[in-house]
Amino acid sequence: MKSSTRIAAILLSAVAVVAGAASGPAGAAYWSLFSGSANHSPLPAPSAAAAPNNGGAPVAVAAKTGRYRDGAYVGDVVDAYYGPLQVQANVSGGRIVSVKALQYPADRRTSQRINNQALPALQSEAIAAQDAQVDIVSGATLTSEAYIRSLDSALGQAS
Amino acid sequence: MSRETRILMGMPITIDIVDAGSTPQLDDVFAYFVSVEARFSVFKPESEISALNQGRLSLSEVSEPMREVLAIAAKTKRETDGYFDIRRPDGSLDPSGVVKGWAILNAADRIRAADVQNFYVDAGGDIQTGGVNANGEPWRIGIRNPFNPREIVKAIKPAGRGVATSGSYVRGQHIYDPYRPDQRLDEVVSLTVVGEDVLEADRFATAAFAMGRAGIHFIEQRPDLEGYAIDAAGVATKTSGFERYATR
Repeated sequence: MKSSTRIAAILLSAVAVVAGAASGPAGAAYWSLFSGSANHSPLPAPSAAAAPNNGGAPVAVAAKTGRYRDGAYVGDVVDAYYGPLQVQANVSGGRIVSVKALQYPADRRTSQRINNQALPALQSEAIAAQDAQVDIVSGATLTSEAYIRSLDSALGQAS
Repeated sequence: MSRETRILMGMPITIDIVDAGSTPQLDDVFAYFVSVEARFSVFKPESEISALNQGRLSLSEVSEPMREVLAIAAKTKRETDGYFDIRRPDGSLDPSGVVKGWAILNAADRIRAADVQNFYVDAGGDIQTGGVNANGEPWRIGIRNPFNPREIVKAIKPAGRGVATSGSYVRGQHIYDPYRPDQRLDEVVSLTVVGEDVLEADRFATAAFAMGRAGIHFIEQRPDLEGYAIDAAGVATKTSGFERYATR
């Protein structure tokens, strides 16, 4: 059984790279890297998950080399309270090359009925870390924890 | 004065009561969350919602709390142009998106009924505050950085109103999924809503998050709501009145 702490560390490094990629010109390059790999099929059905991930571009998930057997591993469906969450870990060359959500709570059908046109009243700003003292934190931790648990079970199969 | 966190309904729930001499009350409030989970969890085969979904219970036979939650869900569906829908594609009902904010609000009412003015209830980052903190200052709530859970990117003083955030790190990661190159950098990864109370904040945060980029516009159109959306590129979009809650 993998420790959730370790998985959490992997995820933290992942989001750090994602955040870094989004913050400057490197972000554009990062994005185009993936835009160029459009030859992949859409989400495979979980039952087809035994097929190895051949050549997906390496994503921002760091793991120790050679730790896992190559393949695609589907994690348990985990209760994220708002709904079921399930991830698939893709391992190539012994490394986690991507993690994708097969199900996630916000995965609702989209609608065209509400349009996207900008309202002038809205304001935008780049987010930046604040050092303000706060009593409580509001954020979307639920899915994250469920995500870690599902990923944990996926990697249990890859070891 | 007491604060305690327990894991219930699949999430950490923290209750902080500032006023003196109220420790035994924490058990009562946590017991309330336990009863809510027992009734509404779709993952518990013996729950009332499971009985309803399996046809062992008819709509005319449901409990008063169930009736109330289903009514809130129906109202929210109307108010959100169908975006908030507790009916799953398989036809079953999953009222979780209503139950969380509703339960927090009821818990806060129980605390107030015991003559406690200064407290907060935080269930998975959805928060109802009352009064002031232990230093006698307004409660301050940080909005978590979706790209770094150890950071906050905004601090707000809700002044007794409810705060809820919908979002998903998974959606954030999706942006970089090579299998789905259609995913866009402007996808919303976190949406925080301030509403009249936590039930209002939570049900509209859930619905507006499901709207994607349009969600913050929906919040703007509601005079009783303010919102702060963060997209996958780290750009926040806020409603015109949001800054009134921001700390300087």
